[in-house]
Amino acid sequence: MNKPTWNSKLLSTLVMALLLAACKSTPMVDKPAAVEDKSPAAASAATKPAEVAAADTAAVKEVVIDGTATNANNPLKDPSNILSKRNIYFDFDSDAVKAEFRPIIEAHAKYLLANRTAKVVLQGNTDERGTREYNLSLGQRRSVAVKKSLNLLGVQDAQIETVSFGEEKASANCTDEACAKQNRRADIVYENE
Amino acid sequence: MHTFRITLLLIAFLLSATSHAALEIEITGGSAQQLPLAIVPFAQVGNPTDNLSNIVAADLKRTGMFRLLETGGVVSRPAEISQIKYAEWAALQAQAMAVGKVEVLTGNRLNVSFQLVDVLKQTQLTGMQYNIAPNQLRATAHKIADAIYQKLTGEAGIFASRIAYINKMNGRYALQVADADGENALTMVSSKEPIISPVWSPDGSKIAYVSFEKKKPIIYVQSLSGQRTVLASFKGNNSAPAWSPDGTKLAIVLTYAANSQLYIINADGTDLKPLTKSSAIDTEPTWSPDANWIYFSSDRGGRPQIYKVSSSGAELQRVTFEGGYNLSPRISPDGKSLAMVRNDGGKFRVALQDLASGQVQVLSEGGQDESPSFAPNGRVLLYATRLAGHGALAAVSADGRVKQRLNETGGDIREPAWGPLIK
Repeated sequence: MNKPTWNSKLLSTLVMALLLAACKSTPMVDKPAAVEDKSPAAASAATKPAEVAAADTAAVKEVVIDGTATNANNPLKDPSNILSKRNIYFDFDSDAVKAEFRPIIEAHAKYLLANRTAKVVLQGNTDERGTREYNLSLGQRRSVAVKKSLNLLGVQDAQIETVSFGEEKASANCTDEACAKQNRRADIVYENE
Repeated sequence: MHTFRITLLLIAFLLSATSHAALEIEITGGSAQQLPLAIVPFAQVGNPTDNLSNIVAADLKRTGMFRLLETGGVVSRPAEISQIKYAEWAALQAQAMAVGKVEVLTGNRLNVSFQLVDVLKQTQLTGMQYNIAPNQLRATAHKIADAIYQKLTGEAGIFASRIAYINKMNGRYALQVADADGENALTMVSSKEPIISPVWSPDGSKIAYVSFEKKKPIIYVQSLSGQRTVLASFKGNNSAPAWSPDGTKLAIVLTYAANSQLYIINADGTDLKPLTKSSAIDTEPTWSPDANWIYFSSDRGGRPQIYKVSSSGAELQRVTFEGGYNLSPRISPDGKSLAMVRNDGGKFRVALQDLASGQVQVLSEGGQDESPSFAPNGRVLLYATRLAGHGALAAVSADGRVKQRLNETGGDIREPAWGPLIK
């Protein structure tokens, strides 16, 4: 992992966070930005307790090393690994999985086939347009669409659960398409995450 | 056509100081025949807490069917028919007037009496007397408004009925029940996770709703007295409950097999039967008043439209053809009209379709109007709208002429459901 890539990733994470903050995202939507151990805010937060605890600099290092170690051991959390990408976005009133998200789904299929004890929950979401009950059904269809893509790649139903939140977890008051499209998605969430 | 518009903020002078709801009434449509009506402030003997004639006047005003006359300029304050000086009220052009009084009785009871009078014929049209506890004042005012409305229009009044809705406050979701004027709101259940799709049992004693408290949608039934049971908690989503007109069954939506499909289940949670079988989304069931049909929304034709299936499941017909996106069917109490949410060029609005002719009229003017619900007399539709970035309730008369907004302060209100008439 070289430094320029690291910085560009950090930058894009920050831009993402700002974009999401602009449309008042709920914590659900913040998933892409939740790469906490890489952001400066998280780093300084990690430093603070160490200062309070009588300037134990070893503890500060430990946090940093631990973070790297976690990423190295857990490909699901490593921002440089495609498995850290968990959001499949959809068009309005559509459950068609777009080609651009195939690599993400293929990566998760490969991981699930290699780790037969791993389980995912696919959470379908919609934007606020349309009625709540229809959106609940539409969100379900989005999670099922991702499940079917995983099935086609050989993943068994026993490793997958599909649920829908409809529009209930959507960022409120989206006024433009850029914000609304963040809500039209299925999230891949691993069990015990 | 001449159009006039009356916009009134009633909170200041029509509702009491303890009121929680700001109500804005907007009446459009110049051909409205409004009956000139005087509600004389009720005489208050003793010290009752609230002036209930204000509540009566506000109820009647909200229908848009009456022109409530300003009574401040009239010298006399009759409290019963024998005290009326008719010339004064005829000069105000009143056709009908109500007089009444509230007396404090011993033992913390109140005696409320009123008379509705035909000013031209100088005769009593109706009159009632109630012996009540002080906390029944509001309810009594609504009953008086119902009696006046029924006498003057020939139709059942709806002011004594109740509404339910979901209110999101401080990050929590609450199922609330309030008087039809939005006052007297009480929370039935609250949760950190979403609550959606409240619907009244036909006898008004229970509400079925969907709660995400177990991280997935499950249908609960809760009585107003607080008894709460799980109706449906099958694998997948459990949602969109709809009571049969006799209250013995509910149509529900499950993703048990795969995609959202309609099922029928007994009100006690037994005897689950599939009703539709498609590879599309079938959801939002609602029964016709004669219980023969269940209307629902489906995207089986590509875009969401309204369909109906016979309660046996044998017959199926498409109902809406106009517009590319129709959802949330609700059938009027007389079975003649279908209310729905229509995507009208990117604006989601409440529309009404005449089932015999197929003609559709768009009734609301917002961009995110949802959840239409008929008043029990079918004259008014309550729906959810968005106002300054939060959810609020609005109402529109079935003829589209009278529009109202009802806005509980400090909340984010959605999914209103109008309860049945309580006898």
